[in-house]
Amino acid sequence: MTQETTMPLWKQDGAKPFIQIKNVTKKFGEFTAVDNVTLDIYENELFCLLGGSGSGKSTLLRILAGFEELTTGQVLIDGVDMANIEPWNRPINMMFQSYALFPHMSVAKNIAFGLKRDKVPKKEIDQRVAEMLTMMQIEQFADRKPDQLSGGQRQRVALARALIKRPKLLLLDEPLGALDKKLREETQFELVNIQDKLGVTFVVVTHDQEEAMTLASRIGVMGNGVITQVDEPRDVYEYPSSRFVAEFIGSINLFEGRVYEDEVEHVKIKSKEAGCNFYVNHGISCAPNQKVTVAIRPEKMKVSRKKPDQEFNCLHGQIIDIAYMGNLSIFRIKLESGAIVRVTLPNLVRENRNPLTWDDFVYLAWDYDSSVVLTS
Amino acid sequence: MSKVTGTFWLGRYDTVKTRFSLLRKIRWGRWAVISIPSFWLALFFFIPFVVVFKISLAESAIAIPPYTDMFSWNVDDAIIDIKLKLGNYLYLFEDTFYLDAYLSSVKIAAVSTFFTLIIGFPMAYFIASKSGSTRTLLLTLVILPFWTSFLLRVYAWMGFLKKNGIVNEFLQAIGIIDQPLQMLQTDFAVYIGIVYTYLPFMILPLYTTLEKLDGSLIEAAKDLGAGPVKAFFLVTLPLSMPGILAGCLLVFIPAVGEFVIPALLGASDTLMIGRVLWDEFFLNRDWPMASAVATMMLVILVVPIMFLRNGKKEGEA
Repeated sequence: MTQETTMPLWKQDGAKPFIQIKNVTKKFGEFTAVDNVTLDIYENELFCLLGGSGSGKSTLLRILAGFEELTTGQVLIDGVDMANIEPWNRPINMMFQSYALFPHMSVAKNIAFGLKRDKVPKKEIDQRVAEMLTMMQIEQFADRKPDQLSGGQRQRVALARALIKRPKLLLLDEPLGALDKKLREETQFELVNIQDKLGVTFVVVTHDQEEAMTLASRIGVMGNGVITQVDEPRDVYEYPSSRFVAEFIGSINLFEGRVYEDEVEHVKIKSKEAGCNFYVNHGISCAPNQKVTVAIRPEKMKVSRKKPDQEFNCLHGQIIDIAYMGNLSIFRIKLESGAIVRVTLPNLVRENRNPLTWDDFVYLAWDYDSSVVLTS
Repeated sequence: MSKVTGTFWLGRYDTVKTRFSLLRKIRWGRWAVISIPSFWLALFFFIPFVVVFKISLAESAIAIPPYTDMFSWNVDDAIIDIKLKLGNYLYLFEDTFYLDAYLSSVKIAAVSTFFTLIIGFPMAYFIASKSGSTRTLLLTLVILPFWTSFLLRVYAWMGFLKKNGIVNEFLQAIGIIDQPLQMLQTDFAVYIGIVYTYLPFMILPLYTTLEKLDGSLIEAAKDLGAGPVKAFFLVTLPLSMPGILAGCLLVFIPAVGEFVIPALLGASDTLMIGRVLWDEFFLNRDWPMASAVATMMLVILVVPIMFLRNGKKEGEA
C-alpha cells in the first residue's frame, strides 16, 4: 500500500463526502436542538458524535435516520437529498439506545425483520440470518425471546438486526451505554472489527469520551446544538480548539493569562493565577495583550521537590489531596493564588521509598510543547 | 482463622432466624390480605350462584318462594328425599326459542364488541399519543358519561333515534330522506346503544397497553423498512393484544346479558337472553327455568374466557 491510499479520506483534497450535513437546524418549539450544523462524513468512517445530554447529538442522529424533520438545511447521503425520503426508504439502519428489540418475536425473527420487509426470498433470509447469528456468536439464542437474553446478548441481536440489510450507513445511539464496564471494553474492539470487516460507515452517538476515543476515526464534539470541533481523537485531546472541548474531553488544568510576546512559532503568556509565565511553542493569531487560556493535561507535568531549572512553565504549590488509582495516582495541588492543579503520576514502582505526601511543597514543570493556548 | 469462621456462622445463623420469622409474618399478612377479597367473592358471588344453581334444579310451584324444595325430610321412614329436576335444562335444548336467544345474544354482543374495538382503538391510540394535560382531559372525557345515569343516557338515545327525533329531523331538513326512518326498535338501535355504553370499557384497557408501548419499537420497524401500515400490523397490534383481549372481554361479557338496552331501544322481536331471563322471572314467575337460563349463560361465557386465558398463557411462554 502506498502512502496516498492509507491517507484517510477527510485529509484528501477533493474527496467526496458520503454524508453531507449542510446548515442543518432543528427546533422543537422555541428550543433549538441542532443549531446550523455543517458536517461532512466520509465513506468507511467510524464517526463519533460526542456530547453531554441535551447537546443535540441524538437529534442529529435521528435527523439522519429520518425520524426528525429539518427546520432548515439539507442532508445528502451518497449525493442524494434525503428531504423527501421516508425512514423506511433510506439506505440506513439504526441501532437504538434501548435496542428496541421486538419483544413478541424470537431473536431469529427480530434479525430477519428487515429482510422480510424487502421481500427477500425465504431461502436467502434463512441463510443470511444464520450467517449473522454466527458472526455475532448468538446461534444458540436464535429461538429465544429478547427478555430471555442478557444485556450483552441483546446488544448483539440489535447489532445483527441493524446490519443484516447491509446498509450503507449504520447509526448507533449509545451502543455500549447499557453494558457494564468490562463488557463495554470488549465490545468496543469488536465493533471496530465489525465495522472494518463490513466496510459500513458508522455514525455513533455517545456521551462517553473514552468510548469515542477508542472507537472513532474522527470525533465531532457537540455542545448546545453546535459542533465545536471535528478532529481525530488524538487531535481532539492534544489540540482542543476551545475551553469547552478541552474541559469536556479528559481532565485539564486551565490558567488565564495575557499574551506579552507573540511570535510566529511561540507565545509567552503572563498569568497571575499560575504565579509564573508560560511559554508555548505554537503561535496564535491574537491581539497584543489579549486574554487567553493556557491548558495543560494532568499527565504532562513533572513533579519535584527541588526547583527545576527553567524560567517558564513552572508552578509551586502544596499537595492537598492524593488519590491512589492503582495504575496512577492523582494529586491535587494548591497554588499560592488558591488555584487547584490536578496532576497524575504513573505508579512506576510498587513501593516508593520517599513518596510525595499530604502538605508537601512541590514544583510542577512541563515542556514548551506540552501545553496549548486556547483563545475561545 | 477459627474466630473468623465462628463469627461467620453466628452471623449466618442470625440472618436465617430473622428471615424465618419475617417470612412467617409475611405469610400471615398475605393470608389476611388475600382472605378479604376471597371472602367477598365467596359471599357475594359464589354462594348466590350456588343458590341459583339449586333453584334451577327445582320444580316450579305456586308457593312462596315459587319452587319446590330440593331436600324433603320424610319423618316416618327417616329418609331424606333429594329431588333434582333436570327438565329445565332439557327444555332449554328442546325449545329452539332459548337456543335462538343465546345465539342472538352472542351475535349482538360479538358484533357490538367488534365495533367498539374498531372505534375504540383509534381513540385509545390518539389519547396515548398525547401527553400531559391533553391526555388527562381526553381520559376525563371518556369517563365523563359515567357521571350520569346509565338509564338516562339510553333514554337520551331514544330521543335521538325516534321517528320525530333529532337524527330524523336533521336528515329530513337537509333533504336526504323524505320519510322518517325507523331506527328505534330495531337491532340497529341496540347496536348503537351497546357500542355507545361500553366504549369506555374498551378504550381504557387499550389505552393502558398503548401508553406503555415503547415508541422506539415502531421507529425500529420503520427503520428496518416497514411503512406505517406494516409497522402497525407487525408491531403495534401484536403488542396491544393484552389490551384488546381485556377490552373485548369487558365489553362482550356484560353485552351478552344486556337487558336494559334491548328492552328500551330494541324491537319486540330483538331476542336477547337478558330479556328471556326477565320474562321467565317476572312474567312467567318460573324461577327454576329462569335460573337454568342464567346458569347456562354463565357456562357459555366461562368457556370462551378459559379459552382466552389459556391463549394468553401460551403467548407469555
